[in-house]
Amino acid sequence: MLAFILRRILQSIAVLLTVGVVAFSLFRYVGDPINAMVGQDTTMEQRDELRTKLGLNDPAPIQFARFIYNASRGNFGLSYRTSEPVGRLILERVPATLELSFCAAVFILFVGVPMGVYTGLYPNHWSSRLLQAVSLFGVSLPPFLVGILLILIFAVSLHWLPSFGRGETVQIGWWTTNFLTWSGLKALILPSITLGLFQLTLIMRLVRSEMLEVMRTDYIKFARARGLSNRAINFGHALKNTLVPVITVFGLQLGSLIAFAVVTETVFAWPGVGQLFIQSVQFSDIPVMAAYLLLIGLLFVVINLVVDLLYSAVDPRLRGGGSVRVAGH
Amino acid sequence: MATSSALGGWLHRVTDSDVWWSFKSSPMTVAAAAVTFFIIAVAFLSPVLAPHTPFDPATLSLSDGLKPPVLISDDGDWTFPLGTDDQGRDILSSIMYGTRLSLEVGFASVIFAMVLGIALGLVSGYFGGTIDAVIMRIADVQLTFPAILVALLIDGVVRGLISVQRHDEIALFVIVGAIGLSFWVSYARTVRGSVMVEKNKEYVQAARVIGLSPVLIMIRHVLPNVTGPVLVIATLNLGLAIITEATLSFLGVGLPSTEPSLGTLIRLGNEVLQSGDWWITVFPGITLAALVLGVNLLGDWLRDALNPKLR
Repeated sequence: MLAFILRRILQSIAVLLTVGVVAFSLFRYVGDPINAMVGQDTTMEQRDELRTKLGLNDPAPIQFARFIYNASRGNFGLSYRTSEPVGRLILERVPATLELSFCAAVFILFVGVPMGVYTGLYPNHWSSRLLQAVSLFGVSLPPFLVGILLILIFAVSLHWLPSFGRGETVQIGWWTTNFLTWSGLKALILPSITLGLFQLTLIMRLVRSEMLEVMRTDYIKFARARGLSNRAINFGHALKNTLVPVITVFGLQLGSLIAFAVVTETVFAWPGVGQLFIQSVQFSDIPVMAAYLLLIGLLFVVINLVVDLLYSAVDPRLRGGGSVRVAGH
Repeated sequence: MATSSALGGWLHRVTDSDVWWSFKSSPMTVAAAAVTFFIIAVAFLSPVLAPHTPFDPATLSLSDGLKPPVLISDDGDWTFPLGTDDQGRDILSSIMYGTRLSLEVGFASVIFAMVLGIALGLVSGYFGGTIDAVIMRIADVQLTFPAILVALLIDGVVRGLISVQRHDEIALFVIVGAIGLSFWVSYARTVRGSVMVEKNKEYVQAARVIGLSPVLIMIRHVLPNVTGPVLVIATLNLGLAIITEATLSFLGVGLPSTEPSLGTLIRLGNEVLQSGDWWITVFPGITLAALVLGVNLLGDWLRDALNPKLR
């Protein structure tokens, strides 16, 4: 068990280092950091001097080590676009993205799992078939289209909900929150649904197929023979045993949620990290892109690691060999 | 005469196969195939079929701007069946040309990803050792990130390396490259797995003994064994590639608006959505959804039809 944990941690560090090398190469070799810092009239000698002073003439491994050291302390350099420290730019926008992803995750769990249980228990009922068909549609609709359609219906036609921005937020320390004002809560509804819908259909289909599988097993028949109530069987016995893969997939989906927030934040003009990333891609703002890449890489690696370790803790068969991976796009 | 009997024999082989039978017995798949091929045919025939040439400025007139679709307009004028946008461009024609562009990008990036993935998978599985380890670790790292982020990053890096003007000229290649590079992993893994199984079989050893080169062995003997799974991945990837292109164009980092794909059309419509001119966004959106749904249904069916376990 210990060997397995150690091996997984080593693998994670290797992945992180690779991501670090990519981020560093972007940072160092795409675009010239000096050009972004000085004016047109700076002479070549002055530029060279600045280059030496900043350590840009040092050997690449030393520069890389310095880059990682600075990054680990939250120092990612200055944005080419706004000349502000990248660390602060990102930190300002983290609460918006995390709150949005949290709401989407809650939506997925509290709507997707019950829908999956229902369609798994009554697979032939007409409403289950309808849900199945709708979920097939859900995986084929690009998220940005879902967002636009929701805006069209609930904001433009019905005027029920706002179509852009976070509404009023409350500042608690450096964290800004949507949860304490009515307009902030209203602003969260459409983006959360947009962000969560795709993953909701995935979770629903997963829970459904797992439930169908479990309901065929012997111990469910025995539970029925013992005269347990339907409720106890469905939720106490069946659902509990479907939850292991569900937790895994859901854990891996959490990372994708934060990554896919890029699209949702653009549709709803949501001032989060994803929107910052899109702006940095459009302006080729390399320091922001490198920092975003590192942070997302860290997030994915940590989530993968935790999910793998949790999984092996729950399912002893996996402790001997490799890791469990669910490829997701 | 000889060719017609050969064609007849081929047709008979097709209609007699298991795959054809499973196709025929699934009405949903037949419907999906009909919708998909209808959209593809109309899109590629758009220069002939489209009632207007929407991106030729000479034919545009601002007085035609923002006309609603014929079904909700009062005059019943069929010149612009699905209405016009703020520049007076016919929505129907824009959609036909836009779908063609989306499909071209989709097909091109799937083919690029497929060629790259198959080549790397063959090399990785056939030679093994260090080169295999390197390729597969790169695949692992890339699989950690969603494809859309990889494509965004590649696009952003290219933007940093070349000027804006130059970027608009080669935007099509950039986006095909970005999507292709973000999808190669699944092909490489599948091909690598099959190669490792096949390469120790007698017929491959025999081919090696008679002195065939590794490249020839891989292409002539090993590759035909992986056509099925590769075809399934390619079909499912086509839907994903079309969605990814649309998303990138919607985010404004894809194709320039002088040559709009479906995603660009939706973005342009989204900018005027607040004023209630819904048709500029909704019709390209419906086309995109129908196309992707059709392709996905075909991909799902193909996966089940080619999977011997499910027969």
